[in-house]
Amino acid sequence: MIRIENLSKSFGQKRAVDDISFEVGRGEVLGFLGPNGAGKSTTMRMITGFIPPSAGKVSVCGIDVLENPIEAKRRIGYLPEAAPTYTEMSVLSFLGFAAAMRGLRGEERRRAMRRVVELCHLESVLGQTIDTLSKGFRHRTCLAQALIHDPEVLILDEPTDGLDPNQKHEVRTLIRSMGENKAIIFSTHILEEVEAACTRAIIIDRGRIVASGTPDELKARASTGRLDDFFRSITRSDTFSGVGA
Amino acid sequence: MTTSWRMIRTIIKRELAAYFESPVAYVFLVIFLLLAGFFTFTFGGFFERGEASLAAFFNWLPWLFLFLVPAVGMRLWSEERRLGTIELLLTMPVGTWQAILGKFLASWLFLVIALALTFPIVVTVNWLGDPDNGVIASGYIGAALLAGTYLAVSCMTSALTRNQVIAFILAVVLCLLLILVGFSPLVDLLARWASPWLVESVTRFSVLTHYDGFQKGVLDSRDLVYFLSVIAFTLFATGVVIRNHRVG
Repeated sequence: MIRIENLSKSFGQKRAVDDISFEVGRGEVLGFLGPNGAGKSTTMRMITGFIPPSAGKVSVCGIDVLENPIEAKRRIGYLPEAAPTYTEMSVLSFLGFAAAMRGLRGEERRRAMRRVVELCHLESVLGQTIDTLSKGFRHRTCLAQALIHDPEVLILDEPTDGLDPNQKHEVRTLIRSMGENKAIIFSTHILEEVEAACTRAIIIDRGRIVASGTPDELKARASTGRLDDFFRSITRSDTFSGVGA
Repeated sequence: MTTSWRMIRTIIKRELAAYFESPVAYVFLVIFLLLAGFFTFTFGGFFERGEASLAAFFNWLPWLFLFLVPAVGMRLWSEERRLGTIELLLTMPVGTWQAILGKFLASWLFLVIALALTFPIVVTVNWLGDPDNGVIASGYIGAALLAGTYLAVSCMTSALTRNQVIAFILAVVLCLLLILVGFSPLVDLLARWASPWLVESVTRFSVLTHYDGFQKGVLDSRDLVYFLSVIAFTLFATGVVIRNHRVG
C-alpha cells in the first residue's frame, strides 16, 4: 500500500534522507525508529506530500504522490510531529473543518465525527477551544483529524509523544486494532512501543536504514536480547554526530 | 459545483470563523470604524466641504488601510507556519493555490464587511443632501479593490516569515511604496527634473492613480486590470514562496 523507492532528500549540503526503500502492506504496522534528526519526520513528510523528495519515488495505494498528489492525499491520514491544530477553534468546529476538507457532507460527516470523537475520547471537550485543552487532549484532537475519513494509510509522527502512560497505552491499542485493515507507519522513541504495537520495525540513522525486521528478529540480534541495547549498538547519539561523521 | 471550489469555500468558512471566534475581528472593526469616522469628520472636513459626497471619507482610506489591512493579512501564512498547521492544511487533499485563494478571499470578504459597516456615512450624506450615489458606489468598489491589493501584498509578506511583526512591517513598506509613486507632493518633486513620460510611467504603478478614477465615478477597465493584476501577481508570488519553503 505504501511503496518507497530510493527516496532521498537534501537540504543544501545536508543529506537528511539517503536512498531509503521499503514497503508497507495492508495489515502491517511499521515502527519507525531512530535518534533525533535521523530523518524520520522528513521521510514521513515526503510520503504525505508535504515536501517533495530530491530523488526517488513514493506511491500510496498505487498512486504516485508526486504525479497525483491530491488523489494520494485523499487516502492518507496524517498526524504531524507535535500535533498542530488551529488552536483558536473549538474541537467540534476543528473536526468539522477536517471532515469538510475530506469531502464529507451531511449525515456522512456527522457519522464520521461521532466515530472519531468516540475513538479518541473527546466527548467531554467538544465545545472547548483547543487553546484551553491539556496536551493529551490536543494531541488526540489532531489524531482524530487524521482518522476522520477512515483512510487506508496512516502516517503518525510520534503519536504518543507527550501523553501520560495510560493515554500511551490507549493510543498503542488503537494503532494495533486499526492496523488490522490499514497500512500504518508510526515513528517513536519508545522502544517498548515497537514491541507492543508493530508487526515490523525499521531503524534509521543519519538518513539510512540500518536495520529492519520484526521486533523479535531485531531483539535476537542484540547480545543481551533487548531492543534498546540493539538500538544503541547501531545508531549514533546526537552528541557524537559532529565528530568524525 | 466543482470540488476545488468546494475546498476553497471550506477554507473561507474556517478562516472567517477563526476571525470571529477570536477578539481580533471585533477589535479591528471597532478601530477601523472609529478611525474612519474620525478622519472623515475632522481632517476630511466632512461638513466644511459643503458638498454632498463621500470624498472626505474616501480620501483618507488609502492611508488608513495602509496600516489596518496589513494587520489583517499578516497572520495569514506566518501563523500557519508558526503553529505548524501549514503541514496539516497542505497534506489535506487541496492544492496550494486553492489554499492561498481561500485564505485570501476570506480576509478580503472580512475587509468588505468592514467597508460595508461604514454605511451610516452614506445614510448621513443622503439625509443631509442629494449626493450622486453612483459615484459613491464606484468609490466603494475602488476601496474594496484597494483593500484587496494591500491584502494580497500582506499575504505575500506573511508567507515569507513566521514572525507576524516582520510580515506587518514589510507589507506596510511595500504598500507605502505603491502609494508614494503616485502621491502628488512627491510626483511634483519628480516632475521638476524628470521627463513627463517618466513621471507618467512611474505614477501608473501607484494605487492612488487608479483609486482616484473610481472616486470620480469613472469605472475604467484599465484601473480594474491594474488592481486585479497586482493581486494576481502577489498571490502567485505567495505560491512561489510557499513552494520554496517546502523544497527546503
